[in-house]
Amino acid sequence: MMAQLTEGVSRRALLLLATLLAALLIAPLVVNDYLLTALILVLYFAYIGQAWNIMMGFAGQLSLGHSLYVGLGAYTAAALFIHFGIGPWLGFLVAIPVTAACGAFLGFLAFRFGVAGVYFAILTIAFAEFARIGFDHFAWVGGSAGFFLPVKQYAHNDLWLLRGAPAMFYYVMLAATALAFIACRLLLHSRIGYFWQAIREDERAARATGIDTFRYKMYAVIISAVMTSFAGVFHAFYYNNLFPEQIFHISRSIEFILAPIIGGIGSLFGPLLGAFLLETLAEGLREVLALLGVDVPGLRQLFFGVCLLLVVMLLPDGVWPWLARRLRIKESKR
Amino acid sequence: MASRDRAVPAEIYLNVAVSGILTGLVYGLMALGLSVIFGVVRVVNFAHGELMTIAMYIAVVLFSAFKLDPLIMLVPIAMVLFALGYALQAGVINAFITRPEHTQFLLLIALAIIIVNTLLIIFGPDAHSVQTSYAFDSFQVGKLIIDATKLYAAAAALVAATALFAFFRFTDTGTAIRACADNYAGALTVGLDVNRLYALTFGLGAACVGAAGTVLVLIIDVTPQVGPVYTLLAFVIVITGGLGSMPGSLLGGVLIGVTEAMAGLIFTPSAKSMFAFAILVLVLLFRPQGILGRKIS
Repeated sequence: MMAQLTEGVSRRALLLLATLLAALLIAPLVVNDYLLTALILVLYFAYIGQAWNIMMGFAGQLSLGHSLYVGLGAYTAAALFIHFGIGPWLGFLVAIPVTAACGAFLGFLAFRFGVAGVYFAILTIAFAEFARIGFDHFAWVGGSAGFFLPVKQYAHNDLWLLRGAPAMFYYVMLAATALAFIACRLLLHSRIGYFWQAIREDERAARATGIDTFRYKMYAVIISAVMTSFAGVFHAFYYNNLFPEQIFHISRSIEFILAPIIGGIGSLFGPLLGAFLLETLAEGLREVLALLGVDVPGLRQLFFGVCLLLVVMLLPDGVWPWLARRLRIKESKR
Repeated sequence: MASRDRAVPAEIYLNVAVSGILTGLVYGLMALGLSVIFGVVRVVNFAHGELMTIAMYIAVVLFSAFKLDPLIMLVPIAMVLFALGYALQAGVINAFITRPEHTQFLLLIALAIIIVNTLLIIFGPDAHSVQTSYAFDSFQVGKLIIDATKLYAAAAALVAATALFAFFRFTDTGTAIRACADNYAGALTVGLDVNRLYALTFGLGAACVGAAGTVLVLIIDVTPQVGPVYTLLAFVIVITGGLGSMPGSLLGGVLIGVTEAMAGLIFTPSAKSMFAFAILVLVLLFRPQGILGRKIS
């Protein structure tokens, strides 16, 4: 397993990865609470970006509705906690079949009936919007008025119930991100990963060589959905409040895809790098605006839009491939 | 919302249906713009609803500052949007024609984000509307009561759509654009300036959605956030009616307009979009080329 993980990776890349991991591990000891919150966001977006990347970056299926899986994961875990006192980890175990079924349903409809390309992207938006409006009218989980988890001061960190200090949430998200990274690396260099890449590059050719494209596209959607749902569980217990208008909103789905696109679609480091760049730039912008005494809603999003535009126009493969060349690390992608 | 314990008189349904048809025609004009752009340029305009909000805000500003009625400003605003669309295609999107499909989406999504938030910064998040002197007028035909504003809006939409049909059918430029759509390589071979025709087409699509937005402010309030909602609605309509079919867009618009109006009456107005999405899913499953679309081999 270890050998499989590190096979074909240059020593330089391994060293860089180890340094990065060490820095992330000791970060909570050296940064203040504010920065820690920002780092949690970075990991949160990196994790979801990694999960989205399985569908788009590996298998070439553009989803613009990943807020659906975050929302379903969040509502499943929160509802079980509030109504039955079931903790988040068991809640995640329930969220897995829920989101897998939802992803499978969407995938089945789309792939069985040849809904591809732009139609597929629209279908994913439609599903998320459908869920948003549905949950707005779903009184059992609070409807549009929101769904809240009790917030108390906790004397100690309770990892089992995910109640505690920001540092605990940080390490949970770091572990999830690291696991997702490893899982994606293993997937990408396995049989299934090669099939996905074949489908991404040319689906008809892939089918001609005997790949069951329907089955492997289904795998991509389901794996991506289930992975994303954990971010939802985390979201519910970290923020303690859920509103359909926010968690299922299309602008959320767009926000999720920014990090992997800016970092580099289809690369393993892309989502992490993209999330880090975006958060750093956004925080920097916030500082500058605060210094100038400007407080305009929309400026942050406008800035994201301009970043996306610039990356799409100037670095269509994202920042990571460019940076990897600069660092003289060749990641085995594409 | 209709009360549940009392039967709703039949003419209410009829009134709501007519109201849905009229709104649907405006939706249809909006979707027509998307369909024209996709049919010719093969670029999916993810910033369609956002372009419409620009037109809506221009109409609102002109009305509140100079008391200019949106129905009178329809042509000038459509021309502004035409110029904007032309510049977008010629300046940015033409360079992306040969890029992968998802890169084009992302480019337009970036433009959409920029438009929404620029409008948010300029106008703030509050809803703006246009209150005309005829806002509460209506015509009565038998038991049928027709809202005057919606009737004018629908009539304007029909005129604009007809003008577009005529342009594509009877002018040389329109024929040249249709040639580009039918056979890209052929159009290049006979020496058509495809880039200019693409810019022209995107401009026409933007003008359509601009005209639709100008009359739509008579019916609905505008906030910066409605942009993405209408982009999505335009897609639902175009896919339902058939991508690339111009009558299909109008038909799809009417169908979605009536569905939303009926769902608002029978269930609750806030859930009406769910039914539009349900129609989308049904169409994608059973007639993916749309109601009037041609089968793609």
